[in-house]
Amino acid sequence: MTQEMIESAAAPRGAASAFLELRDLKVHFPTDDGLVKSVDGLSFQLEKGKTLGIVGESGSGKSVTSLAILGLHKGTRAHLSGEVWLDGTELIGASKEEVRKLRGSKMAMIFQDPLSALHPYFTIGSQIAEAYRIHNDVSRKAARARAVEMLERVGIPTPDKRVDDYPHQFSGGMRQRAMIAMSLSCNPELLIADEPTTALDVTVQAQILDLLRDLQKEFGSAIIMITHDLGVVAEFVDDLLVMYGGKCVEYGTVNEVFYEPQHPYTWGLLSSVTRLDRVREDRLKPIAGSPPSLINVPNGCAFHPRCPYEPQTGGKGSTVVPELVDAGKGHLVRCHLSAKERQDIFLKQVKPTL
Amino acid sequence: MTATAPDAAAALAGGSQPLLQVEGLQKYFPVNRGIIFQKQVGAVKAVDGLSFNVNKGETLGVVGETGCGKSTMGRLLTRLLEPSGGSIRFDGRDITHLSRAGMRPLRKDIQIIFQDPYSSLNPRHTIGTIVGAPFRLQKVQTDSGVKKAVQDLLALVGLNPEHYNRYPHEFSGGQRQRIGIARALALRPKMIVCDEPVSALDVSIQAQVINLLDDLQDEFDLTYVFIAHDLSVVRHISDRVAVMYLGKIVEIGDRISLYEHPMHPYTHALLSAVPVPDPVKESKRERILLTGDVPSPLNPPPACRFHTRCWKAQAICKQVEPPLVQIQPGHEVACHFPEERVLV
Ligand SMILES: Nc1ncnc2c1ncn2[C@@H]1O[C@H](COP(=O)(O)OP(=O)(O)O)[C@@H](O)[C@H]1O
Ligand SMILES: Nc1ncnc2c1ncn2[C@@H]1O[C@H](COP(=O)(O)OP(=O)(O)O)[C@@H](O)[C@H]1O
Ligand code: SF4
Ligand code: SF4
Ligand SMILES: [Mg+2]
Ligand SMILES: [Mg+2]
Repeated sequence: MTQEMIESAAAPRGAASAFLELRDLKVHFPTDDGLVKSVDGLSFQLEKGKTLGIVGESGSGKSVTSLAILGLHKGTRAHLSGEVWLDGTELIGASKEEVRKLRGSKMAMIFQDPLSALHPYFTIGSQIAEAYRIHNDVSRKAARARAVEMLERVGIPTPDKRVDDYPHQFSGGMRQRAMIAMSLSCNPELLIADEPTTALDVTVQAQILDLLRDLQKEFGSAIIMITHDLGVVAEFVDDLLVMYGGKCVEYGTVNEVFYEPQHPYTWGLLSSVTRLDRVREDRLKPIAGSPPSLINVPNGCAFHPRCPYEPQTGGKGSTVVPELVDAGKGHLVRCHLSAKERQDIFLKQVKPTL
Repeated sequence: MTATAPDAAAALAGGSQPLLQVEGLQKYFPVNRGIIFQKQVGAVKAVDGLSFNVNKGETLGVVGETGCGKSTMGRLLTRLLEPSGGSIRFDGRDITHLSRAGMRPLRKDIQIIFQDPYSSLNPRHTIGTIVGAPFRLQKVQTDSGVKKAVQDLLALVGLNPEHYNRYPHEFSGGQRQRIGIARALALRPKMIVCDEPVSALDVSIQAQVINLLDDLQDEFDLTYVFIAHDLSVVRHISDRVAVMYLGKIVEIGDRISLYEHPMHPYTHALLSAVPVPDPVKESKRERILLTGDVPSPLNPPPACRFHTRCWKAQAICKQVEPPLVQIQPGHEVACHFPEERVLV
């Protein structure tokens, strides 16, 4: 994204050229306690064959964003605005029926908890076959064959037998695979993976990431990988979006964000994580405080109550919401510090601790 | 945290005995069939012959995949479960089969912290009541009253003492975990079993809680058994680390030895599977992909339990169980073909 594009993000424009493009997406929930601004002005683009990572603490708006793309807030009390373009079709303004047709065929999602997507009373195979038949006019027999084929693809042993198992007969890792098989049965061009490996052991996580990578190579799908694991992001994504309090605070290629991070929150994330690839330190460097409530988002920069550099912004940090600006070559950052100040702090204070 | 020598042998040579001595510890959960005449048809061998020591003031980390028996072990050590075999000595005393009443005086010495700060706190009780409960149960008279003692504890774990009358739902996940820690600390225990204490927390909050546990250990000379599936968190906090697979310890050693010179194929697979937060390094790393799932502990594979997934398995691995033997001082491995491999 260029500076020009960011500034004009709110203005109406024509159809997007990117495969997936979000323009100033907002998702707000009216509640008894007040308006929850779960997603507050999110814009990004994603091409086919590429993977975008979204990282952020719990409650930062990651899942609400993915549900918005899939049209799953339609018919709820959520207030949506902005645009979501998928391959030339705008989804926020589209009818519920229209989006339902795209869901499952053109776009699909995998969740952290496979049991939320699998019904306990039906066999794994019948559920995959059913998902396939919604979007494809084929016989039951053909759909069952497809289910077996998909189970084989995701690495379930003896798929022709396991196809008749119920979800409880599968282990956690196998259920995750079965859900992936179901999500991929129609070869979706956009796959949203919301914490797909968070509940799994590292050994199973490695298998699942491997599987997703293979499938992406084969079908050229675009993937949004939502996670809080910086290791998974480093391994898996091309571009990275860091979310805080419902907003993007940093966006860039994965190398830019890991090797030249610009935002104080990103610095905090990178320095607080324990890592196997570095000499062990005696003490960890946590980010102070806790994530904000989205009902009462702090004024100005949402990160300011936790930010050690807030005093350097001369009061702006706690009063004015910083704009998302280009720090060079489309690497975006939302912070009042000047480019020079960020560079100095990063080189002198942050980099030596990473 | 590193005041004590990591090596149990060295500690013994110094004359002090380990705080915790575990020998051949087993827990089999019976599996019954039949409605009227229940018949035992098998047993889940959740923990099957663990032997290790933990010295005073040190942290033993325990890692392994879901279902390998970590929590069962933690509950055996705190005697929330009755062992099926083996022995546990705490502070020189055999506590393996102590009755509830027999355990009561020891409850203040041995505490446990759970993963889920939500479900382990009673939602209808105030923080004051929750953290003060151990004082009341143990009928401890504190000079300045329970309230003052509780407020001191809240301050100690970084919570606002004024929040004495608040309820658990008014606190964030990280704060609730601090409440759990305050409750565990109330009676100044000697040992705390921490069962996945930071797994449910965001990374920035994880670091806060880990630092807190570190500080408390220094201040009160605490001994930790720290159970987690996150290998980098365990490396940070532990002096020694045990790797479990299907109810058994397959490798145990001091931190540096285990992470820098791991010998067991399963440890290799675990370490290689942890993605590191560095895109360039990550793209160059070798990854050992284990195939299939962990077998059922109802019917574990004979001899070496890892042989069904081990790429190095030979005929002997299916016939003879490899014993846990010392390969270097302070480093024990249960494998017929141990071999050092650098993975981190
Ligand atoms: N249906 C809803 N009604 C009100 N608030 C909601 C609803 N769904 C999500 N939220 C709130 O929106 C915020 C973002 O949630 P979510 O996107 O799930 O976060 P995460 O980044 O952990 O996935 C949270 O504060 C959450 O409580
Ligand atoms: N009360 C119980 N009854 C029967 N089986 C149990 C019980 N508790 C745990 N298990 C089984 O024992 C094994 C070890 O479980 P657990 O100690 O919770 O492992 P971990 O904490 O390493 O994930 C698992 O197979 C589990 O299903
Ligand atoms: S705008 Fe100010 S408070 Fe926000 S991240 Fe930048 S320096 Fe910190
Ligand atoms: S004993 Fe054999 S099967 Fe077991 S871990 Fe060693 S090499 Fe692998
Ligand atoms: Mg979420
Ligand atoms: Mg457990």
